[in-house]
Amino acid sequence: MNVGAVVTRIIKQFLRDKRSLALLVIAPILVLTLIWLVLDGDDYTPIVAIENVPPPIEEALHAELEEDVVQMSEVEATSAFQAGELDAFLTVTGMEPKIILEGSDPTANAAVMKAIQSAFSTITNHPSVKPSVEYYYGSQNLNLFDQVGSVLIGFFVFFFVFIIGGISFLRERTQGTLEKLLSTPIKRWHIVTGYLVGFGIFTIIQSLIIVAYAVYVLDVWMVGDFWQLLIVTFLLAITALTLATLLSAFANNEFQMMQFIPLVILPQVFFSGIFNLETMADWLQMLSKFMPLTYGAEAMQQVMIKGKDLWDIWSELAVIIGFAALFFVLNILALKKHRRL
Amino acid sequence: MTTMIEVKGVAHTFGKEQVLKDIHLSVQKGEIFGLLGPSGAGKTTLVKMIVGILEADQGEIFVDGEKVPSLELMKSIGYMAQSDALYHELSANENLHFFGTIYGLRKQERVQAIDKVLRIVDLTEHVNKEVQKYSGGMKRRLSLAASLMHDPKLLILDEPTVGIDPVLRQSIWDELYKLKNAGMTIVVTTHVMDEAEKCDRLAMLRDGYVIACDTPEKLKVSQGVSTIEKAFLAYGGREQ
Repeated sequence: MNVGAVVTRIIKQFLRDKRSLALLVIAPILVLTLIWLVLDGDDYTPIVAIENVPPPIEEALHAELEEDVVQMSEVEATSAFQAGELDAFLTVTGMEPKIILEGSDPTANAAVMKAIQSAFSTITNHPSVKPSVEYYYGSQNLNLFDQVGSVLIGFFVFFFVFIIGGISFLRERTQGTLEKLLSTPIKRWHIVTGYLVGFGIFTIIQSLIIVAYAVYVLDVWMVGDFWQLLIVTFLLAITALTLATLLSAFANNEFQMMQFIPLVILPQVFFSGIFNLETMADWLQMLSKFMPLTYGAEAMQQVMIKGKDLWDIWSELAVIIGFAALFFVLNILALKKHRRL
Repeated sequence: MTTMIEVKGVAHTFGKEQVLKDIHLSVQKGEIFGLLGPSGAGKTTLVKMIVGILEADQGEIFVDGEKVPSLELMKSIGYMAQSDALYHELSANENLHFFGTIYGLRKQERVQAIDKVLRIVDLTEHVNKEVQKYSGGMKRRLSLAASLMHDPKLLILDEPTVGIDPVLRQSIWDELYKLKNAGMTIVVTTHVMDEAEKCDRLAMLRDGYVIACDTPEKLKVSQGVSTIEKAFLAYGGREQ
């Protein structure tokens, strides 16, 4: 009954705070769209080296890429790849076209493939000619937004739930209502559970909208199941919420709550898979094991890019749920600071 | 047994600052008991201990024979803090419903209690207005109403009339007398001397000790002075 009262109160309050509600949903969509616009553009003109290419194809390539087509041997191309001066190398032996992609920049990969394919389609009667594709720096056939999109969805959900959850719990303390609540026979776990459920309802809606937007509007690479992705997103949001209410116990005002962002939120981004973890120092990799977003981002990538099921990523999910449970208990303990009972 | 609150040798320290040193007090059932003292004297600390939010480093407090803190006791204590402690996005009605539910009142009981407490603080016509549209005095009154929802046997008010105009202050005191006559025990903290005179009995708090405790009349007479303010100064002077 107490938990229910807290839940309905939070819902009513939140529905009247239209701006915060908008921040929870519109802000992540806005930022995701911006990043999509930046990363998903394919206006890049690649530099392609060619050797032994039949003249008609060479002409067609010149028509596509203008001056950015150069003659090079494979050995020369290799050193050009290493110097970062070349995006692809094309050669034709017999009837077999072979492409070597530089590979580290998905935008460039996509641009090369597009140019070469359209060059072939203009001169051959067999549009089905399939060039063999190799990667110089091994990479998948994804664009950058596809690669980081899954991580970004997780991050933005985490970030905005953290801010809004943390500040509303903080406000409960600064406006004196927490003390008032603690002067009543309510139990501490009632308050924490009330917050979890009340905000949990909003984070479900938030996750649903953001995931749907990313998958259906921004068309981010997604081979997994939509509902399973939603569950992962929601669990991550709950972890953010419990962490936020916990940390708000250590902030005296909204500004101090904001100070947790560079301390707690930003470091998680670096370890969440946008940057390659394996190239980092061992102790840094250890650090990432203590960050919820590491597991959240990994789970989301597994579902979205590799099409894994919840069952395949159960260990990540278990860790995320473990974090949330830990923060939940610590929340109840942190309230002891305000009342022992 | 007619004692409502028994405070025995309570001491409390915040960091290095010892706010309360050795407090002994007893409050009788059905009286309005005033805690008078300058700001920083530890009045709020003491009432929070009586409510059960804070715990004393030393000493014990009993409310109606039961040791605090106790969740069971909290059901029958009403507490109005210095801050208004209201949800600004919600209407008066929604705020009171919320606190009523927390106190375990059923829907029907809440509706009746809200009707009653809003009439006491004269806010009935503003029942559906959001609290953020309230004036300072209205918030104070609504805060009082919220602490009366569950018809407590002990009402603790921390500086209830700060920032309230004299007319409204008088009407709040009229209500406190009515509640007292209905059998409620009321503890009020204040640093306003003329307000202290309205209490049945008064404890003067200074430097962590109770320097005097009696009816306002006797406090004045024993020091041979005409006002509570002078009595407070006389008692304080004797201590030093």
